[in-house]
Amino acid sequence: MSGAASALFLLDIKGRVLIWRDYRGDVSAVQAERFFTKLIEKEGDPQSQDPVVYDNGVTYMFIQHNNVYLMMATRQNCNAASLLFFLHRVVDVFKHYFEELEEESLRDNFVVVYELLDEIMDFGYPQFTEATILTEYIKTDAYRMEVTQKPPMAVTNAVSWRSEGIVYKKNEVFLDVVESVNMLVNSNGQIIRSDVVGALKMRTYLSGMPECKLGLNDRVLLEAQGRTTKGKAIDLDDIKFHQCVRLARFENDRTISFIPPDGSFDLMTYRLSAQVKPLIWVEAQIERHSRSRIEMMVKSRSQFKERSTATNVEIEVPVPSDATNPNIRTSMGSASYAPEKDALVWKIKSFPGGKEYMMRAELTLPSIRSEDAPPERKAPIRVKFEIPYFTVSGIQVRYLKIIEKSGYQSLPWVRYITVAGEYELRM
Amino acid sequence: MSGHDSKYFSTTKKGEIPELKEELNSQYKDKRKDAVKKVIAAMTVGKDVSSLFTDVVNCMQTENLELKKLVYLYLINYAKSQPDLAILAVNTFVKTSRVGTNGVYLWQCQAWTIVAKLISVKTDGNGDIWEVVQIAIPIWVPSQDSQDPNPLIRALAVRTMGCIRVDKITEYLCDPLQRCLKDDDPYVRKTAAICVAKLYDINAELVEDRGFLDSLKDLISDNNPMVVANAVAALAEIQENSARPIFEITSATLSKLLTALNECTEWGQVFILDALSRYKAADAREAENIVERVTPRLQHANCAVVLSAVKMILLQMELITSTDVVRNLCKKMAPPLVTLLSAEPEIQYVALRNINLIVQKRPTILAHEIKVLLEFKEYATEVDVDFVRKAVRAIGRCAIKLERAAERCISVLLELIKIKVNYVVQEAIIVIKDIFRRYPNTYESIIATLCESLDTLDEPEAKASMIWIIGEYAERIDNADELLESFLESFPEEPPQVQLQLLTATVKLFLKKPTEGPQQMIQAVLNNATVETDNPDLRDRAYIYWRLLSIDPEAAKDVVLAEKPVITDDSNQLDPSLLDELLANIATLSSVYHKPPEAFVTRVKTVSQRTEEDDYPDGSEAGYAESPAHAAETGALPPSSSASRQPAPAQAPAAAPPVAAAPVPDLLGDLIGLDNSNSLVPVDQPTPAGPPLPVLLPASKGQGLQISAQLVRRDGQIFYSMLFENNSQSLLDGFMIQFNKNTFGLAAGGPLQQPVWYFNDKIPLHVFFAEDGRMERATFLETWKSLPDSNEVLKDLPGVVINSVEATLDKLAASNMFFIAKRKNANQEVLYLSAKIPRGIPFLIELTAALGVPGVKCAIKTPSPEMAPLFFEAIEHLLKS
Repeated sequence: MSGAASALFLLDIKGRVLIWRDYRGDVSAVQAERFFTKLIEKEGDPQSQDPVVYDNGVTYMFIQHNNVYLMMATRQNCNAASLLFFLHRVVDVFKHYFEELEEESLRDNFVVVYELLDEIMDFGYPQFTEATILTEYIKTDAYRMEVTQKPPMAVTNAVSWRSEGIVYKKNEVFLDVVESVNMLVNSNGQIIRSDVVGALKMRTYLSGMPECKLGLNDRVLLEAQGRTTKGKAIDLDDIKFHQCVRLARFENDRTISFIPPDGSFDLMTYRLSAQVKPLIWVEAQIERHSRSRIEMMVKSRSQFKERSTATNVEIEVPVPSDATNPNIRTSMGSASYAPEKDALVWKIKSFPGGKEYMMRAELTLPSIRSEDAPPERKAPIRVKFEIPYFTVSGIQVRYLKIIEKSGYQSLPWVRYITVAGEYELRM
Repeated sequence: MSGHDSKYFSTTKKGEIPELKEELNSQYKDKRKDAVKKVIAAMTVGKDVSSLFTDVVNCMQTENLELKKLVYLYLINYAKSQPDLAILAVNTFVKTSRVGTNGVYLWQCQAWTIVAKLISVKTDGNGDIWEVVQIAIPIWVPSQDSQDPNPLIRALAVRTMGCIRVDKITEYLCDPLQRCLKDDDPYVRKTAAICVAKLYDINAELVEDRGFLDSLKDLISDNNPMVVANAVAALAEIQENSARPIFEITSATLSKLLTALNECTEWGQVFILDALSRYKAADAREAENIVERVTPRLQHANCAVVLSAVKMILLQMELITSTDVVRNLCKKMAPPLVTLLSAEPEIQYVALRNINLIVQKRPTILAHEIKVLLEFKEYATEVDVDFVRKAVRAIGRCAIKLERAAERCISVLLELIKIKVNYVVQEAIIVIKDIFRRYPNTYESIIATLCESLDTLDEPEAKASMIWIIGEYAERIDNADELLESFLESFPEEPPQVQLQLLTATVKLFLKKPTEGPQQMIQAVLNNATVETDNPDLRDRAYIYWRLLSIDPEAAKDVVLAEKPVITDDSNQLDPSLLDELLANIATLSSVYHKPPEAFVTRVKTVSQRTEEDDYPDGSEAGYAESPAHAAETGALPPSSSASRQPAPAQAPAAAPPVAAAPVPDLLGDLIGLDNSNSLVPVDQPTPAGPPLPVLLPASKGQGLQISAQLVRRDGQIFYSMLFENNSQSLLDGFMIQFNKNTFGLAAGGPLQQPVWYFNDKIPLHVFFAEDGRMERATFLETWKSLPDSNEVLKDLPGVVINSVEATLDKLAASNMFFIAKRKNANQEVLYLSAKIPRGIPFLIELTAALGVPGVKCAIKTPSPEMAPLFFEAIEHLLKS
């Protein structure tokens, strides 16, 4: 049941090896490169799109990031989930070190890359991928000292994500509750799919080893404590925590307690599958005048409370790819034709709740059409927006207690925001 | 924090290697460091920089951690694929150190002290100095480093030494490793734990002899969670490769590991969960306890932790009897599994392959997560016809698989039929037919709606499905006869699929409503289907019906209207035992491929004790050992630049352990008395994989030399396969071989070197059996008669069983014993065979045995009865094999 990776390859976009680290000496770079180059050439073949491929005794698992492929090779029955996720973590580590992971940054930093590959995995077993801690003892030239005396305690500690002895003059915590709404509405106005993916994003600037406790209006917790919920409590479908959260404690009494990493991280994510009302409703009426002209009337309506306001609203209405001469008028915001997207893009800076705005557009179509033209693509209307100080789920941070043995005071700053995820309305 | 390392890639001048060599030997630290970086850069792009071995290794002695890491990296890369390179490099090193080059002089002196010590300790003065030096170089510095005050350097040393996959080095690794396993710093201990697994991979015996397994087991109780996790990973791997129970999880270990689970890193949690999934709980209560400790992991942000926790829970669930607990667990696992599907696409892929397995075992787990129905419905109204069909089929499959969803699926399908888009309707009817068969007597009320779209059907499959429905439910459809009649008009033009359905449906109609209308219809159809068709399927089916109906209509009813079994959708269903095996492998490649691990795991031992063979990759099997740089110019051993500087002593390359089999062909003497075609043939390659050769001269008697050998027959020729293993510290070469006088007069010429080792090898006679040993029956009888009775020898082979005559004959034929005849004598089989050995000596064989009963009587007649004991031994061996 156990198994380890044989080697980790960093390849360029054509599948040539940039850097590789051999962990077990049972896979050859030449063979891997040859296979992978072939694989990339076969683009479009659905079989070759699998991220796990077997060839001649060796399994290759890979992900792509910018112009770099990260690939693991193994001859054993490895934990595929672990290794693929590990590759994503490797991307995070490299991004932390080089700001961006791409072919150039790998070349520019190959010495550090080798050092990191040696540290994050040993004999094909993932070891340590906390970028902030790694930077404490594997340093790029600019920060390098002659001899680092010892590995940070955190590498082997139970708290592997935070080093001791962090000091800030001002102890602050920022907590952003971000909910992203995914929505698919069909042409009859029926909601086909909707869900909300929420994340509690934290940025901590705290000294020492602070103990944090987070209280949410979680129905299970409040009911267990025998409090009246007054309709304010919420049910969270599936919660995932950052590794700093004590999971056993949460399982016991739903307390979210943790020692946070330094800097920014996602404390928790959750999913809400309850049906939500579309926050911004868009409908389009289209009239085609005898193949020469197309007239559109687009109505958008905000379906949330008046005290909230959506900002940076962007509505993308698809138009035929051969349309020209746009003539657009809007009752609010500005609209323009974006031929590269085959769409009209209507931007509204501020869109308060309970309002309705209009856009009218007229475009010219070529009068001649090919007989065997493929049927028109049915692109949906796409909407982007942000609604600050508002959450769909109604999640509330009741408290965030921070206790450190030095006893400093620190104030958490909490913000709520709802954004559009994959938000589409079909025409 | 961007670096500028790319400048190291830039030097491409012709004299690059000499230039680098000079820089590596520079007296300035920074220059040396830059030079090493350039070497690594060259190595990275695949250039062969192996010729700089000595110069790079000289830089190993440094306080600079970064530089040290780079040198180690170089060492790992070149030491493993070219162990002989080390020795060449050493020659250079010896020369330069005598000259006393500046800068590196000091540490070379220290190294020499070590070398001298090694020579005196390890070889009692008999050893080959080069070999010792070869070992000394890459060992000395790391083992010094393993005592460095800086734990980072200690860990680095032990990590690197484990990566130098050269068998000779392992013994020198033991002491530092032993120390590091007990180091004060957990970072060193966790690295040492993994190093034990590395060492086991190279030399398992050594690990067991030196008690590393016990030290490793001690680490399970370490107070540091990361050390525990790595020890678990190492033990699990060692267990995987050992037949003996090494890592047994007791309930005490279990509780330790479950505690560590809460504290170690995400990767450590995966190791522990994967290892624990082998644990078999004693009873339901223990299983419940374990599950309780593991369930919190389902909330972890790392998907691998989640999947491994799911695996563990599923395995323990097998033991849990309480349905409430099981239901509750299923409820808990569902949301995390669904959430995995919004992870990165590669993770989604692995998750989906696993969910596929999980729902086969526990179909209810995701039953209430069916949210795709509306989406399918939406797709069913798309423009792309193929896509639409697939969407409709998918709705049908949902209905058939999930009883709870069936009703909703049907209503969606009906809505789709109402939109009257031709291909949607047709596809819907096809899947509804299956739904009727899955849920009999449930949804028939919708038949009326279906009948409305009758006219629009033009595809054979849809038409056939509709006709099947009309026939099957003829009694519920008032105008069933009219509907069928409308199809009958075009009967001759319909495709066979539709014709067959029409035929059956009409028969059903007739049996259900034996009135005048159907009677006429059936006659028309039968006539059509028997006389006016060329389709044999149709004709045969029509005749069967015809006969049934004319002989016994009641029997026809029983046959045609018989109750049909309920269908299930078991496409993609796996065999239960395979499914269980795969479930035990959740999250692993096995679960992704849906294949058991044996099907694809190709674990290769990269270094075995027999370094003789493995150090010389022959390209076909061991090609993986190439290093990137080496691969670019395969086989370019020491490039000319360094070769010119050091005239390599002739024996130096041979200082690596002697090559098996290579000296054999030249030195094997003639096989006196055998004709030429049977003489031993040179073997170019070491023995191909096969059963291990029997040891003839154990190392204890041969002063470290072990010889294994056997005569074998391959491709019509005789080979004497010999394997020489040098377990001594010294070089062995100049092998000679001499055969003592024997029955076959095998001998070898040439003088012998001292010391001489004597060993015996029995010659299996069957290797001499010639391909041309087949006799005609007549010849056999004649020969049998012509030989005097004194030439007949008889022997009982009590331990041999013949279970199948065929198999036995095949087996014997493979060794050139040819079947002549057989007869039966009471309950015994008597077989006659012939064989021939060189010089044309025939063997006439009679085997008598009762099938399946131990004991075979073997009688032979031959002109050379003195061969009989050998022959019996041979045949016994063959029959038993």
